[in-house]
Amino acid sequence: MRLADLVTASFLALLGGLVVFDAVRLGTGWGTDGPQSGFLPFWLGALLIAACVTIFFQAARRADGTPFVTRQQLGPVLKVLAPAVAFVALIHWLGLYVSAALYTGFYMRWIGRHAWLTVLAVAVLFPLVTFLVFEKWFLVPMPKGPLEAWLGH
Amino acid sequence: MKLSSVLLSVLASLVIVPDSSIAWEPAKPIEFVVPAGTGGGADQMARLIAGLADKHKLTPRPLIVVNKSGAAGAEGFLDVKNKKGDAHTIIITLSNLFTTPLHNNLPFNWRDYTPLARMALDEFVLWVNADSPYKTAKEYLAAVKDKQCKERQGGQCLMGGTGSAQEDQILTIQLEQALAGVKFTYVPFKGGGEVCVNLVGKHVDSTVNNPAECASHWRAGRVRPLAVFDTARLTVGEWKNIPTIKEALGADVSYLMLRGIFGAPNMPKDAVDWYVAFLKKVTETPEWKKYMEEGALRPAFAAGAEYVTWVEENERLHKELMGKGGLLKK
Amino acid sequence: MGIENLLLGFHVAITPYNLFIAVVGITLGTVIGVLPGLGGANGVAILLPLTFTMPPTSAIILLTSLYWGALFGGAITSVLFNIPGEPWSVATTFDGYPLARQGQGGQALTAAFTSSFVGALFSIVLITFFAPLLAEVALKFGPPEFFAIQLLTFSSFVGLGGGNPVKSLVAILLGFILAAVGLDVVTGQLRMTFGFLDLMKGFDFIVAVIGLFGIGEILLSVEEGLSFRSIPTGMNLRVVLDTWKVLPRYRRTFVRGAFIGFWMGFKPGGATPASFMSYAFAKRFSKHPERFGKGELEGVVAPETAAHAAGVAAILPMITLGIPGSPTAAVMLGGLIIWGLQPGPLLFQEKPEFVWGLIASMYTGNFIGVLMVLAFVPLFAAILRIPFAILTPVIVVVCAVGSYAVHSSMIDIWYMLIFGVVGYAFKKLDYPLAPLVLALVLGDLAENALRQSLIMSQGTPGIFVTRPIAGAITAVAIFFFVLPALTPWWRRFHGSAPAPRAT
Repeated sequence: MRLADLVTASFLALLGGLVVFDAVRLGTGWGTDGPQSGFLPFWLGALLIAACVTIFFQAARRADGTPFVTRQQLGPVLKVLAPAVAFVALIHWLGLYVSAALYTGFYMRWIGRHAWLTVLAVAVLFPLVTFLVFEKWFLVPMPKGPLEAWLGH
Repeated sequence: MKLSSVLLSVLASLVIVPDSSIAWEPAKPIEFVVPAGTGGGADQMARLIAGLADKHKLTPRPLIVVNKSGAAGAEGFLDVKNKKGDAHTIIITLSNLFTTPLHNNLPFNWRDYTPLARMALDEFVLWVNADSPYKTAKEYLAAVKDKQCKERQGGQCLMGGTGSAQEDQILTIQLEQALAGVKFTYVPFKGGGEVCVNLVGKHVDSTVNNPAECASHWRAGRVRPLAVFDTARLTVGEWKNIPTIKEALGADVSYLMLRGIFGAPNMPKDAVDWYVAFLKKVTETPEWKKYMEEGALRPAFAAGAEYVTWVEENERLHKELMGKGGLLKK
Repeated sequence: MGIENLLLGFHVAITPYNLFIAVVGITLGTVIGVLPGLGGANGVAILLPLTFTMPPTSAIILLTSLYWGALFGGAITSVLFNIPGEPWSVATTFDGYPLARQGQGGQALTAAFTSSFVGALFSIVLITFFAPLLAEVALKFGPPEFFAIQLLTFSSFVGLGGGNPVKSLVAILLGFILAAVGLDVVTGQLRMTFGFLDLMKGFDFIVAVIGLFGIGEILLSVEEGLSFRSIPTGMNLRVVLDTWKVLPRYRRTFVRGAFIGFWMGFKPGGATPASFMSYAFAKRFSKHPERFGKGELEGVVAPETAAHAAGVAAILPMITLGIPGSPTAAVMLGGLIIWGLQPGPLLFQEKPEFVWGLIASMYTGNFIGVLMVLAFVPLFAAILRIPFAILTPVIVVVCAVGSYAVHSSMIDIWYMLIFGVVGYAFKKLDYPLAPLVLALVLGDLAENALRQSLIMSQGTPGIFVTRPIAGAITAVAIFFFVLPALTPWWRRFHGSAPAPRAT
């Protein structure tokens, strides 16, 4: 936890630095009609840096041996996160519906070891229902890929 | 987006399309981008067009309205700019087509898009609270000049408007420049409806709202129109009685806001023809005419070269007005 | 004003056709409410073209019913998956989700729906009798008053959480910073975009919340293995009746929540802050504040009562002033104009059958709504029985769809994942998420109101004190800011906890 705390605090302090940097560009003064664009961000950023420095020293002084995540914990977390990232990346190429079908099917088979028939049924029906609800019913367009283009959407 | 494609689309829209020829038809739902939030003037018009298209069966596939209001509309404009050659994406524009890129130096310009049609022009009216003592624009502006707004710090009169460096502020600056010694404090709000309510609540002294935004408060006797920012009076209903700014003050200040439609960059010529014919049919429906009348909008359908010339002229005007007002990107 | 008009209204609202329309609207609305990112505004906008062929009163009944449905539905995913379906359901997750984890999802849902109904009823009664009067009060609120309200919401909430105060501060600052990214309305300048066009539209609250709460919670809950640790609830309607038996205990919370909700809601921008404020007050005045956040039923009652009261009240300025109190109302307003009605102060005189039909339909719509959603409580609770390997990808996909729907933007789905990882890390490192989210909601509104006020006053901060309403609210806000410091002192002198009034 100690290391994670130190890293997070440093990272957030850097973020604060960025904010202050941009605020200076915008002007941090108090004009005739109230604060300029950069006034609030400047102080928010400055305070953030100060708070992160405090956390950094609090954490540095504390001898906390527990790790941020154990190896046993990391496994399942990655097993959720990695396919989710892959799913989102796939949307760029295949559109949302096809990606959702592949993702759902893959996940059910890989983690749940469900029977192929169940896998197929859910992986096809769920994106199909989503498609009908969003594209047909609510007319909210989602990202679409080659399959939808081929089908005329 | 090059000049050639502009010319192409100009030529395209010059050709008169008979209704019977079906050269191109939308093959999938049309994405209709609104570079403004839900409920505003542009959004209302877009949704009305989508609704009328559906009701009168003017299109084989529906129009899907998508709001992309981020960064004063830049989000929507930049999104459509990326859809080169797409025949199924159109965008409704208001003055932020000119003001947003000029004020923030953002990489888009109307020349990036395929001009389809100008649907209408929106008017602007100078409003004050009905409880205020000012019966004419002359009286009010004299008060502004002499810093007679008693409830305010230093008697400085407040002008409410939508956004910063957008049409309302441009108009305010124009007014200040036309009349020596007049200086407002401009208070920006998020939307036009909010601006008029702040006038009713006496949080600002005047506004330059569109007629539709203040109409109901006027009929309820809460606000008073002093002058219309146009070269001629409005032609419908009670609006006829409002003098033009020239009649009221002798100053020549006018501003009209574009309510127009553009297509994605390099839209195929056939598609352009279809959209122009489609939009023309929309303007011929009784619901559209009623909408124009109620909002005191000026029906001004134009396509092709007429539209392009108008937009060019307006861009030049915005550059000039914003330059004078110090609103251009430094 | 009053009874005979209302009877006229009921005459319109209770025709079989209009009742049928209400049921359709509520069903659709509940679906919309469940799906995060798809708000009532979307639903109303999509149904709007359908209404062109209806009589205006039926049309508004359809749209408002959809809106009530969305208000009810927002709580469902909050309780079951920690994913707020609507912004005003964020505070519902604080205790609703822990309850579901303890196998009390049915109770939490029942409490949420019932509270929604009570809140709605409170607002409707006030609207029935005082609509024009309240419109006048709403007009008194200009930018300084709005800023004072934001300040009050914030002050009621800070100082509530335990833990490391410096980390709470960091969370608040981060929320405000995220809120400031994008275009500054007051000056029209771009802030903190560093030339990236994708940053220009800023960070949407809903996307952040789906990531921080929804995705973050999935990551957190699988640490002990690939399954959800929740216990499925019973499948019958007994749970509704049993929960009703304990709910009267929270009558003070109901009244307080309804009052806060109505008061915040009848001016623009109210439901979300109202739900937070109501939650904060419930915790402050509770005898067991330490139970909040761990599965206290009162923590569900408070925000839901306020949110629904505010949601109903948001309709008021739309019909009386012609200004929308929420994005959904904004779209309805567009509808009114298309149907040929002029929203505004004269609507009551010119179209009484429309206005009173609408008001009467608020009673019938909410009544039908609460019965419908309560009937489905066992079904909703049973969703948790779906196997993990199916439910996880489904939730992730629904979250992605919701994030995308907000701006039709791919980058928002990536933001959602990033916020998910941030939510996971923050939770583990004891950075509280609630203040971050509240700051993100209020940041934008508060900064605009503050700067508009200062422009109005030529830069003099005195405007917050000299205007009576703003001054009074600011004083209460300051009182809550210093309350944590005062409490020990008070106790020493009086030997008991302070019991200030809810107002």
